Amino acid sequence: MRLAGVVLIALVAGFLMWATRDLPLRGDPQSPASTHVSVYYIENALVDSKTPNMVTAVLADYRGFDTFGEAVVVVAAALSCLLILLRRRDDQGVVDDPDERRRIAGGADP
Amino acid sequence: MTSRYDSVFLDVVSRGVVPLIQIFALYVVTHGHYDPGGGFQGGVMLAASIILLRVAQGEESYERFPRAAGLYLAAFGALAFCLLGFMPQLFGGNFLEYGYAIPPMEAVELRYWGIFFAEVFIGFLVWGALVAIYDALATGGFD
Repeated sequence: MRLAGVVLIALVAGFLMWATRDLPLRGDPQSPASTHVSVYYIENALVDSKTPNMVTAVLADYRGFDTFGEAVVVVAAALSCLLILLRRRDDQGVVDDPDERRRIAGGADP
Repeated sequence: MTSRYDSVFLDVVSRGVVPLIQIFALYVVTHGHYDPGGGFQGGVMLAASIILLRVAQGEESYERFPRAAGLYLAAFGALAFCLLGFMPQLFGGNFLEYGYAIPPMEAVELRYWGIFFAEVFIGFLVWGALVAIYDALATGGFD
């Protein structure tokens, strides 16, 4: 079983290495990633928004909606942490007895 | 939590380092147009300064930065960014298309300031969210 796992990993790794032959070279100006919208961004970021740092222009202006989604994800993570880890006050009825808690939650009730 | 008098060195060094971290964080947030940086990085640095206060000063830090403040800051940042996005829609633009936000102004200027305020609001948001996460993990929220 252990050997089968090693063989499987080797096969997948070999397949992925073989597949990298089809990737474009790094910095290739003719690759699809370099010929679509990035040319427009590089040429027009300074003209459109007076921003010398084109990374910021792409992040906050051209792709602002994506950044908005990222920001909302951060807030959602903070809210989830609070919801999971919030220590309740004693007067809000924390139930210590596991059987009682299970009965309230509608679990197994004989 | 450590008490205030556990270590004099920790107390003195944290008092000196926290303002420097915060000033550099403000620089990173507001200088995103010209240098690497922006709201996410600067917000993380602001959160790191508050967490250093929490670790070094203990209970005293809750008087300066209350436990609920983190969540309020994060909510304010998200709401303000959302309203900033809706502003252009009042005048015929798309969501977050800053060039339409205030009609008499030039579109280039508006996009510049739109990027600036977006970064600032993201800074508030990340700052508050990370402090809220730290407080939830360390002390269990508001109580």
